[in-house]
Amino acid sequence: MAAHASNTKRIWTVFVILSVITIVEVLLGIDKPDVLFHHDFLSLSYLNWIFIILTIVKAYYIMWAFMHLEGEKSSFRWSIVAPMFFLIIYLVCLVLIEGDYIHDVLKTSSYRWIF
Amino acid sequence: MGATVTTAASKEKIWNGGEDIQPLGASYGKMMMWYFILSDSLTFAGFLASYGFTRFKFMDSWPIADEVFNHFPFLHGVNAPMYYVALMTFILIFSSVTMVLAVDAGHQMKQKKVATYMLLTIVGGLVFVGSQAWEWKNFITGTYGAVETKGGEILQFVDKDGKRLALADFADTSIVREDAALTKSKGVWSMKGGADTSVSMSQIKAGLEKNPDVLIRTQYTVEGNKHKKVVLSREETLKRADDFVYVVEGANLIRNEYGHKTFANLFFFITGFHGFHVSVGVLLNIIIFFNVLLGTYEKRRSYEMVEKVGLYWHFVDLVWVFVFTFFYLV
Repeated sequence: MAAHASNTKRIWTVFVILSVITIVEVLLGIDKPDVLFHHDFLSLSYLNWIFIILTIVKAYYIMWAFMHLEGEKSSFRWSIVAPMFFLIIYLVCLVLIEGDYIHDVLKTSSYRWIF
Repeated sequence: MGATVTTAASKEKIWNGGEDIQPLGASYGKMMMWYFILSDSLTFAGFLASYGFTRFKFMDSWPIADEVFNHFPFLHGVNAPMYYVALMTFILIFSSVTMVLAVDAGHQMKQKKVATYMLLTIVGGLVFVGSQAWEWKNFITGTYGAVETKGGEILQFVDKDGKRLALADFADTSIVREDAALTKSKGVWSMKGGADTSVSMSQIKAGLEKNPDVLIRTQYTVEGNKHKKVVLSREETLKRADDFVYVVEGANLIRNEYGHKTFANLFFFITGFHGFHVSVGVLLNIIIFFNVLLGTYEKRRSYEMVEKVGLYWHFVDLVWVFVFTFFYLV
């Protein structure tokens, strides 16, 4: 245990990465470039896609570097990340599709009174 | 001889099966902390997914986050979206850094360093909780105020240029409040008095008629642009005045001036649950901090406890990253 090397350099590097990502997010969120803001991909604007991807990148750095998953056995890593990742993706997909469907029924459908 | 002596220190990382057995290469405590984090992250995912569901369901009438969260300390009346939450995000990320530095110092058995970094983490956590309280205060107080209709729709007011107007900006306060007499002492105990709001309904209606520049902005978005709300014409505005039922200022669990009712509920619930986690984290950090000072982990020859609580603290940061994205950015 005493021979454990110090990771200080890695920690500060990750801090800089997380800060830069957050600053980019905030700048994009304030500026909202029209090209990204008003154009959609899979009914989500490019800007939102960028935000979500950057968030996942941040989550990766927090979990791998700060929570030190990169130092754990890969079996342990998988036992945590796999259920988390797949269950959340599954839940979010189902629930968002359902929400969109209800929106369409309430807005356009002629039989919403029976819904 | 030394090999047969078991102390609290060498025991901490050993499972009941013996020294050679360590499932997945992790100690018991660390593994259980991770699995707790896994289950808790699924809980948060459920909350955020329900936010997504509600938002998709009311896609064309959801409040615009930039207009709701646009306050910054000491910049009163300045429209400053995002900066404050960005600051909060930095505070939390930085307290995560000091936490991981504490864990790192723990690996090297440097008691003083661990204590210093733990203290910084605690301070960071407290500042964050305080910031969140301020954010809640602004959200609950509100800025402009709105009116709720018979159908439960929230109507806001703008001038000709589309600039938001507060109720007090146009309401005719020369008129006597119709709800002024509705107090317990006047015998109307069953009615919740309008004294809760800064102006009364009749004052708003009169002001609306008097000022030709005031228009109603609805909850709904313009066809073809998800980020712009429909503003009614002057004739439609006057017609809508017949539907007014409540004066709404700020937010509570029943109605809020920002728009859809569930918006405030989800805001209170999700940021509240996260804030609760932060508070618990601060409490755990304080306990560990005192243990470090007392030399508990020096006696154990292991700072693993700092690492386990550190995991929880990073998890709180992790959740905030997602709350930040889905409440403020997306």
